[in-house]
Amino acid sequence: MAPFDLSLQEVGAKLRNKELSVAELVDASYKRIAQTDEQIKAFITLNEEAARKQAIELDNQLAAGQASNPLFGLPVGIKDNIVTEGLLTTCASQFLSNYNPIYDATVTRKLREAGTVNIGKLNMDEFAMGGSNENSSYFVTRNPWNTEHVPGGSSGGSAASVAAGQVYFSLGSDTGGSIRQPAAYCGIVGLKPTYGLVSRFGLVAFASSLDQIGPLTKNVEDAAYALQAIAGHDPNESTSANVSIPNYAESLTGDVKGLRIAVPKEYLGEGIDPRVKDAIMAALKKYEELGATWEEVSLPHTEYAIATYYLLASSEASSNLARFDGVRYGVRATDAENLIDMYRKSRSQGFGAEVKRRIMLGTYALSSGYYDAYYLKAQKVRTLIKQDFEKVFEKFDIIVGPTAPTPAFKIGEQVGDPLTMYLNDICTIPVSLAGIPAISIPCGMADGLPIGLQIIGKAFDESTVLRSAHAFEINTEFHKQRPSL
Amino acid sequence: MSISIKDVEHVANLARLELTESEKEQFTGQLNAILKYAEKLNELNTDHIAPTSHAFEINNVTREDITKPSLPIEKVLLNAPDDEDDQIKVPAVLE
Repeated sequence: MAPFDLSLQEVGAKLRNKELSVAELVDASYKRIAQTDEQIKAFITLNEEAARKQAIELDNQLAAGQASNPLFGLPVGIKDNIVTEGLLTTCASQFLSNYNPIYDATVTRKLREAGTVNIGKLNMDEFAMGGSNENSSYFVTRNPWNTEHVPGGSSGGSAASVAAGQVYFSLGSDTGGSIRQPAAYCGIVGLKPTYGLVSRFGLVAFASSLDQIGPLTKNVEDAAYALQAIAGHDPNESTSANVSIPNYAESLTGDVKGLRIAVPKEYLGEGIDPRVKDAIMAALKKYEELGATWEEVSLPHTEYAIATYYLLASSEASSNLARFDGVRYGVRATDAENLIDMYRKSRSQGFGAEVKRRIMLGTYALSSGYYDAYYLKAQKVRTLIKQDFEKVFEKFDIIVGPTAPTPAFKIGEQVGDPLTMYLNDICTIPVSLAGIPAISIPCGMADGLPIGLQIIGKAFDESTVLRSAHAFEINTEFHKQRPSL
Repeated sequence: MSISIKDVEHVANLARLELTESEKEQFTGQLNAILKYAEKLNELNTDHIAPTSHAFEINNVTREDITKPSLPIEKVLLNAPDDEDDQIKVPAVLE
């Protein structure tokens, strides 16, 4: 059995019994990458030399009996918009093709302190703008289940790498669905925590009122342990929530008796692939068998979520990306006549089409005379969308629906049509606007491509989300399926 | 509301982007389509709805005003495209 198919407990036991070493785990990771990454193209930058060195240090700690964290020794991949000291962090943009961070993101540091090994940096849509990885300025990551299809995005490299067995788990970021949707397309687990639960210090900002970091894993138990390692208040991040962090693994009881599930009719209506709908209905039946109840509800403002999201996220992005001016870091245009010309040329040469499009949309929505009509209006509709969820959660414990309306689409199929591409996010965006936690777990297959079940919870109630996902997982086999590579 | 190539040029200037003629045309069409879609929000009366700027309100996050070590200059300059005398160098600001 390949080491990454072992559970966390099994890996931990084998490390302690000296049946396995961290060096062997790291070696298995790079071997698998050598075998599969020519096809999958998940990694932008590998961290091989440093990782192998770190593995030796960790094996020494292990021999000295200093390996207590359940994640100890695990090879992990990190999305390329999370900074890693001394290791290129490009955001899949030409603008940052030479950017070598001088500090670690809080999540990078926390994972290192837990004893994990950073294997390398994973491909994404440029600056996390996109849902297919086709907006990477380097190359398109492929779906391990069918390499003609997209892995989803923007955390496409993070999802494909875990699905292809290259790393034990990975980190991604989610602004409108960028962890959950690629997890669904690649047949793995992806958790977007509550806004503020995980520090964004060192995450290159896209839309600051929405961005959140979370884990992509093979199963729910790994997600619980990975979240445990990265959650918590951070004085370096002023929007970081100061809440007490529960023990997430303890919530995995397998018991969902009496759980009250809401199923929004808007998530199963027009535009949802019937094969996706069937898989969701089968999952609800499974929950009934396990003692939960479900009822159809309405989230009436769902149809306004995408317009709201693209106005807010693009506006925030146009402001956040103003920092990329070629002064302090990044690739500076060499043919500039003066300072303003240097800003213009550096940005125009460094950014890809989707990034420019969103900066343009956001700048327009924030510009004099249009602020009230677009940005402020969208902020008000966001309140209505948030209230939809609050009302449902008065009577229900979780909300269940699909993660994405269809399985992974073909590479190139939607490239020329940004609006259609945006509609793929209809089930994940409202959740991001409300700031609440959600997980995607595998719940079926359609023509060889995975389908994701989305479980949405109350703010800071990751425990119920994880418990519900875990109960489904231990009573089904979908998470055990692997692509043949 | 529909936007023209002239609007696109104005916004590009605000955003410090230099667009090619074909980019200008492409963005005019695409931004019009996206903004037309966004007009959907006008179906909703939001006169008495408060805007949400963050999912959860956090007010006045402060810390004690204590000096802490900053990043060392030589590290900060590692990524600077051009520098001189411990300062980042840029092209002429004034003609």
